Amino acid sequence: MKMTIADVEQVARLARLELTAEDKELFAGQMDAILGYVEKLKELNTDGIVPTSHAVPMENAFRADVVRPSIGLEKALANAPEKTGTFFVVPKVIE
Amino acid sequence: MKYQPVIGLEVHVQLLTDTKIFCGCSTTFGSEPNSQTCPVCLGLPGALPVLNGTVVEYAIKAGLSTNCTITPRSIFARKNYFYPDLPKGYQISQFEDPICQNGWLDITLAGQEPKRIGITRIHMEEDAGKLVHGDSGMGDGSGVDLNRACTPLLEVVSEPDLRSSDEAVAYLKQLHQIVTWLGICDGNMEEGSFRCDANVSVMPVGSKTLGTRAEIKNVNSFKFVKQAIEYEILRQIDLIEDGGTVVQETRLFDPNSGKTRSMRSKEEAHDYRYFPDPDLVPLVISDQWVERSRSELPELPGQRQQRFMTDLGLLPYDAEVLTASRALSDYFEAGVAAHDNAKAVANWVMGEITRALNDSGTSIDACPVPPERLAELLKLIDNGTISGKIAKTVFDEMWKSGKAPLTIVEEQGLVQVSDSGAIEGIIDEILAANAGQVEEYRSGKEKVFGFFVGQVMKASKGKANPALVNELLVSRLKG
Amino acid sequence: MNIFDMTIHELHGALKGKQLSSLEATTALLKRIESVEPQIGSFITVTAEQALAAARSADQRIARGEGTTLTGIPLALKDIFLTEGVRTTCGSRILSNFIPPYSAASWEKLRDQGAVLLGKLNQDEFAMGSSNESSAYGITRNPWDTSRIPGGSSGGSAAAVAAGQAIATLGTDTGGSIRQPASHCGCVGLKPTYGRVSRYGVIAYASSLDQVGPLTRDVADCALMLEAVAGYDPKDSTSVDTPVPDYSAALAGGVKGLRIGLPKEYFIDGLDPDVQKAMTAAIDTFRRLGAEFVDISLPHTDYAVATYYLIATAEASSNLARYDGVRFGHRAQADNLLDMYTKSRSEGFGTEVKRRIMLGTYALSSGYYDAYYVKAQKVRTLIMNDFISAFTGVDVMLTPVAPTPAFKIGEKINDPLQMYLSDIFTIPVNLAGTCAMSLPAGFSAEGLPIGLQLIGKPFGEETILRAGYAFEQATEWHTRKATL
Repeated sequence: MKMTIADVEQVARLARLELTAEDKELFAGQMDAILGYVEKLKELNTDGIVPTSHAVPMENAFRADVVRPSIGLEKALANAPEKTGTFFVVPKVIE
Repeated sequence: MKYQPVIGLEVHVQLLTDTKIFCGCSTTFGSEPNSQTCPVCLGLPGALPVLNGTVVEYAIKAGLSTNCTITPRSIFARKNYFYPDLPKGYQISQFEDPICQNGWLDITLAGQEPKRIGITRIHMEEDAGKLVHGDSGMGDGSGVDLNRACTPLLEVVSEPDLRSSDEAVAYLKQLHQIVTWLGICDGNMEEGSFRCDANVSVMPVGSKTLGTRAEIKNVNSFKFVKQAIEYEILRQIDLIEDGGTVVQETRLFDPNSGKTRSMRSKEEAHDYRYFPDPDLVPLVISDQWVERSRSELPELPGQRQQRFMTDLGLLPYDAEVLTASRALSDYFEAGVAAHDNAKAVANWVMGEITRALNDSGTSIDACPVPPERLAELLKLIDNGTISGKIAKTVFDEMWKSGKAPLTIVEEQGLVQVSDSGAIEGIIDEILAANAGQVEEYRSGKEKVFGFFVGQVMKASKGKANPALVNELLVSRLKG
Repeated sequence: MNIFDMTIHELHGALKGKQLSSLEATTALLKRIESVEPQIGSFITVTAEQALAAARSADQRIARGEGTTLTGIPLALKDIFLTEGVRTTCGSRILSNFIPPYSAASWEKLRDQGAVLLGKLNQDEFAMGSSNESSAYGITRNPWDTSRIPGGSSGGSAAAVAAGQAIATLGTDTGGSIRQPASHCGCVGLKPTYGRVSRYGVIAYASSLDQVGPLTRDVADCALMLEAVAGYDPKDSTSVDTPVPDYSAALAGGVKGLRIGLPKEYFIDGLDPDVQKAMTAAIDTFRRLGAEFVDISLPHTDYAVATYYLIATAEASSNLARYDGVRFGHRAQADNLLDMYTKSRSEGFGTEVKRRIMLGTYALSSGYYDAYYVKAQKVRTLIMNDFISAFTGVDVMLTPVAPTPAFKIGEKINDPLQMYLSDIFTIPVNLAGTCAMSLPAGFSAEGLPIGLQLIGKPFGEETILRAGYAFEQATEWHTRKATL
């Protein structure tokens, strides 16, 4: 199964990436090679094997419902590329 | 061609915890934008989520109260999409293993048999932030406020078992009652604490194939839910009968026009790419834990309603009204505990108390007349110290001044006159002074009786025992 | 001896014995940094003023008799660790102006002891790389041969230790990013068991694989650093609540009777002859010290790289979604939201990062999730089981770290798959979640360092430190210094 430019564009859209025509070609080829390589996993029979999401068997990590100090407006907004008052500002969102 | 509507509901219940689901920021409403944030809910690099244990407790309680099974091992998953109110570029939610599954609620419409509405699942997730549009100072832009980001939500998904807007509203009202009753949600729909999404489709009656559904998002009142669903059903039927096809899409309800409209978005259908969140560990809930939670559940509205009817002999309507909220039914029960006349307590709570609360915009929690005081007042009526009519005056004074009913009665000399001799004396005076009316009555004009009653009450400043007045007047007039 | 060549324990002794002050040591390090940076390029940000201020503070603390082993020791951190008030870039343009409002938990532990921060170290962008050639801030060169890569992604962390630019450093390891550069630069690098050290405040690449670890000049220093940063952190749900042993006390036990496994899949034909020689010599050394060798098999080793590149890229594609120009980081000029997202990200991310985001997004996408991501997670279980099985018969495992010594700059950058395959010996440890350490085990004919890897059981850091220490003390590899 070959990666087409259309496939690359679709994935780029999902990932909010803008690729040049060159990059699309490059990625199509490289992704093809890499995905071709990972096909080898199909050689393994994994019926009945439980997938691992966590490397160490842990469960039930909780915290108490107790208020902790917020970081404060100054720090929260310190890296804001654009702000008005205490809002982060982005180009208009149309719903 | 007759069509059958098919409706499924997704409700987002904002939980009443003190802190957010994955960080310790406060969940108080209405603070300055972005003042209740930290690296975790801001989605800063390197931040990590830690689950609020109380959210799990609340989720279990919600599940048990809706007859769900609690999933022994449930997993958090990432729902990936880009939006400015979603700081991490993904929402932490649950996908394949939600905490509650396979529950149900029974709804009963007026004059019908109870109907079981399935609940597919309940899961925990974090809320997104808020977007503000067209604000001065932001020019052409939109403002992002992340105070609400990471607030805990329960998403309750029903099976598509509902068949009308009335059924939908009945289901929603019951669910609303349960979550507010449990104290896990404040139920304030205007502020967004209880948000309804309705999935609506139609199919020909008798058909087994479901039609394409449209999703109406974020309807924030029962009235609007009813309107939105009804509009959408008609819209879809019209569309089909005109030869069109219903498109699977998201729609918004406009309360001003009473219509739903498509959310025209340039973006394609989302591929959320769900996968288990590696930053959170599995939630393992033992049978003991479930049983402990179950034992901590309060008596639920349905159970209490039943008990009010069976044990206290209330009428179904009264039982329903008095279980509208936990606080109200607690008030009622406290009243009955202090004065064992359930009917009287019920009448007063549904009558005077409710009126006074509504008029002054007070909630039952802040009622200036505690149930024990109300009970005292009812005792005074029942033991004949005051009449029911005078009691209303006393009540108004209790509300205003906070004084005990007996104190007010004594201060204002409102003790009912039940001394036959005294009343007879007053009656004699009235009859003597109104000989003409006496004639009229005796010659058959029965309505004049009311005039005499009025006069006697006036002369006694309302304190004469009405029953006794009637009895004595009748006998005196017979002459 | 030059101050900049000292180990933590040597410098600590000198500070305590008042032969040196932290201010003197820090000044010496800063001078050294300035002197060799043009050749090496280890640093993205040097925090000279702050370092000197911290050194003065440390000296006061020591004078009051309140110092600990790390008080006054000049260290540097991979630029993946958030440092409050100090620019943190993760090797990326997208964070070129990011000043964190909070610090990583592991850094706070070091800072609270009075360690001195010299600066933030260069790395492959978002920890994605094995050669330090994908940083937006230039390449880092191997101090042993500046025409070669130092390894990656913690290239700056390893090079700085080898070049005398920091007494010790912290890095992160997701598929070998501490161990491989440590091996290429002739220093010690340890990846602790997953959950041993808090990930809070460490910019995430692949959440189920990332771990924080030290890069040091010798094994004793490694133990000291690990003690300082290990431990439960309630702010990290994947942090394990188990006590931190006294790693330093565990060092001197020797290896008599220690059962060392040699996984046959790691000793393949085609292993670089110099690497093979170093391994053979190392095995001899261990035998002389009383260890016993057992031939073992980790049958699914061959599938580890494929498994890793599906799981890591999938997690990364999601972890990097927050870099959208809304609340921090680079924002491109755009008049609509979609453009703002795509341009900010496309301008801010380098090619390797984009490539991995694309791969990961694909592996998670509708229709492919089961075939790729879930499949990889199932194979991960098989790989973990390999280790669990094998560890029933051995205490530690010995393997090479990299198939070859450091390659030339530019040699593999255009063949990503080739680059990925060079991680074959280190990746399985991350998938299994267990601990491993790389330490100097020899040099190639051209004088390039070659490391050996000791793999331990989960939370078995004491054993690998003990084994490593015994080996180190019986050899002299760790005493050689790069000439600059």
